Amino acid sequence: MTVGTGRTADVEVLDTRGAWIPVDGLVLEVEQLQVEFRTREGVAKAINGVSFVLHQGETLAILGESGSGKSVTAQAIMGILDSPPAFIAGGEVRYCGQDILKLSENERRRVRGPEISMVFQDALSALNPVFSVGWQIAEMFRKHRGMNKTDSLAQAVRLMQRVQIPGAAQRVKAYPHQFSGGMRQRIMIAMAIALDPAVLIADEPTTALDVTVQAQIMQLLKDLQQERKMGLILITHDLGVVADVADRIAVMYAGRIVEQADAFELYARPAHPYTKGLLESIPRLDQKGETLDAIGGLPPNLMHIPPGCPFNPRCHHAQDICRVDPPPPLREVARHRFAACHFSELLLTDSPELEVTQTTEEVEAHLERELQYPMTDAGLDHEEEVERGVEPQ
Amino acid sequence: MNREVVLKAENLVKHYPIKAGVLRRTVGHVKAVDGVSFELYKGETLGIVGESGCGKSSLGRLLMRLEEPTAGKLTFDGVDMYSQKGAEMRRLRRDIQIVFQDPYTSLNPRKTVGDIVGEPFEIHSDVVRKADRRRRVQELLDLVGLNPEHINRYPHQFSGGQRQRIGIARGVALNPKVIICDEPVSALDVSVQAQVVNLLESLQSELGLAYIFIAHDLSVVRHISDRVGVMYLGKIVEMGDEDQIYSRPTHPYTQALLSAVPLPDPTLRNIREQIVLSGDVPSPANPPTACRFHTRCWKAQEICSIEEPLLVERPDGESAHDSACHFAEPRVIVA
Repeated sequence: MTVGTGRTADVEVLDTRGAWIPVDGLVLEVEQLQVEFRTREGVAKAINGVSFVLHQGETLAILGESGSGKSVTAQAIMGILDSPPAFIAGGEVRYCGQDILKLSENERRRVRGPEISMVFQDALSALNPVFSVGWQIAEMFRKHRGMNKTDSLAQAVRLMQRVQIPGAAQRVKAYPHQFSGGMRQRIMIAMAIALDPAVLIADEPTTALDVTVQAQIMQLLKDLQQERKMGLILITHDLGVVADVADRIAVMYAGRIVEQADAFELYARPAHPYTKGLLESIPRLDQKGETLDAIGGLPPNLMHIPPGCPFNPRCHHAQDICRVDPPPPLREVARHRFAACHFSELLLTDSPELEVTQTTEEVEAHLERELQYPMTDAGLDHEEEVERGVEPQ
Repeated sequence: MNREVVLKAENLVKHYPIKAGVLRRTVGHVKAVDGVSFELYKGETLGIVGESGCGKSSLGRLLMRLEEPTAGKLTFDGVDMYSQKGAEMRRLRRDIQIVFQDPYTSLNPRKTVGDIVGEPFEIHSDVVRKADRRRRVQELLDLVGLNPEHINRYPHQFSGGQRQRIGIARGVALNPKVIICDEPVSALDVSVQAQVVNLLESLQSELGLAYIFIAHDLSVVRHISDRVGVMYLGKIVEMGDEDQIYSRPTHPYTQALLSAVPLPDPTLRNIREQIVLSGDVPSPANPPTACRFHTRCWKAQEICSIEEPLLVERPDGESAHDSACHFAEPRVIVA
C-alpha cells in the first residue's frame, strides 16, 4: 500500500481479509452467553443467557442502563474481562462460524484488533498518557503487521487524517492530554479501525462528550462503517443516539435481552413493558411535557435477581405468572420481533385485556417493603442491600 | 406568573488567574464567567444550558458565593450578597442552597444520612431546636421519597438516585427560596432521572422554590424550565421563555446546539436538518474577540469580529427575546 503523507484520505481502498470469511453475511453470533462475577459477597450474574447475531455492515444497538450487562457483553466478546472475578459460565461467541471463546490466548490476540475491535467510553483513561498518540496508533501496525517504526508512524498519520484530526502530520507526536475530548475519541476510533476489523464495538462512544461533538463523532462512525462494511455494535443508554443510527436494537435488563427488534418498529410500538417505560420516561426536546412517566423503583441487584421476570417488581402489568420461575424466554412475538414478556402480544395490540396491576406509587411501596424485610436469606448485611447493580468497569 | 424578583445578577465576572513559571506569576486569566446578567423570579425555574467549559458551573458557584466574583453585583431580595459579612452572610445562605451533580462525591461517606441532612441545622442552630432535629430530618426524608427509618444508614447503602434525593433533602432543609441545581440528574440512569426530575417539580410547587437549573441536557432543561439561558464561553448568548428558545431560537449557537441533540424517534432520521459545527469550543483563556462564536459560525461577517453583539431583545417572528447576535433570525429546529 502506498502512503502519501500529505494526502487527506477521505475514502480508502482496503486490503482483503485473511482466514476469516463470514458465512451468509453473518459475522458474529452470540449464543446463550453467561457471565458471572464471583466475589466474596457472592456471585453476581451479570449476563444470563444473551443471544444475538450481527451481519456485515449492520448496526446493532445494545440499549440498557448501568448494571444491565451491556458493557460486560462487549468485554466478553472482546475477551478482555478481568478474570477473576469475571467468569464466562456458558455460551458461545462465534466469529465467522468459529467459537472464539475456545481459542487460545495467542489465537485470540489475532482476532482482537484485526477482526473485532472496540472503542471505549473514556478516551482519556483508555489512552496511555506517557506515549504519544501516534506511537499508540502505530502500535497496532507494529504488533500485528510487523511494520517498522517509520512505516507504522506513516500509517498512524494516514489514520489520523482519516478520522479528520486537523494537522495530523504535526500532531502525531503529541500526547493524549494535548487533545480535546472529541479529538481523543477520534484517536480511539483511529486505533480501533487501524487493522480494518469486520466488527467494531463502540461502548458508549459519545457519553462523555458535548452534544455538538457527539454529532461529529456519530457522523464519523457512520461514514467509516459504510466505507468499510463493518458490523457495528453500539452500546449506549441514550435513546436519541440509538434512534439516529441503529438498524436493530437489543434492550438489556438485568443481564438479559428483554426485547429485540428493528429500530423503527421498536420505537413505534415497544413489545416489552421495560422498553415502553424507558421511552415514556425521557423528556423530549421537541415537546414540552407534563409530569414524566417514571418507572418506579430501581434495577435489581445482580446478586439477588428477583424470581420470575426480573422486571416484575417494577412492572405495571405484573401478574402472578410473572413472579414464578422460569423467567419468560425471549421469543418471537410478531414477525421479526422478539420480546421476553408473557404479555407482549397484548402490549403490541394495546389490548384492553392487559391489566394495570400496580401504579408507580405501588411499585415504590412494594420495593420499599422488600428493602426493609429482604426476602433473601438471613445474614444479609447492609452492604448487600444496596440495590445498585454491579457495573464492573 | 408572579414576577417578584428574588435573585438578580448584574454583570457577574469571574476570572481565574493562570500561574506559570517558578515565581507562579500570573500569565493570563481563564474567563470562566464574563459578564452575566439575569433576574430570577419567585417560584420559577431558570435553566442554564451550555457545553462543558462554558462557565455554567462557575456561575452556579458565584450565585452561592462559594467563589468571590472578579466584578459584578448580586442582589438577593434587595440585599447585595457580595457585601455581606459573617452572621449576615450566614443568614442569607439559608435562603439559597445548592444541589450538586455527583451524588457519589457530594455526600460524606463517613456520616449517616441523618448527619448529612441535619448538618444545616447544626450550622444554623436557631432554625430547629435540638430536640426536634431528628424528627425534622425524618420529615425531610419522607418529603423526598426516602424511608424515614433509614436515617442511620450511610450513603453507600443507597443507589445513585436515592443519594441525589439525600442531597435534595439537605438542600431544602433550611426552607430556602432559591435552589441552584448543578447538573442534578446527569449522573443518573434514564429511568431514575425521571423520578428525580418529578421530585424536583413537586417540591417546587409544594414549597414555592425558585430553581436555577444548570445542565447540559437540553431535553431535561426544556422539560423543567420556565425560562432558559444559553451560555457560550462565559456569556449568555440567548435568553427567553422555554418556548422562545426551543421553538424560535434566533442565535446560531442555540440553533446548532438544538439541531445536534438526537431525538428518540427513528422516523426523523435523515429528515431532520442538522447543523454540524466544525472544531471545538475555543479556550476560555483566550476567547475570540467581539462575538465569541464567530470562529465557528456560518453566518459570521466582518462585523462579528469587530463589534460585540449585545444581549438585547431581537424579534423572533412571533415575539421578541434576548439574543446576542448581529444577524439574529428565527429558525425552526425542533417542533
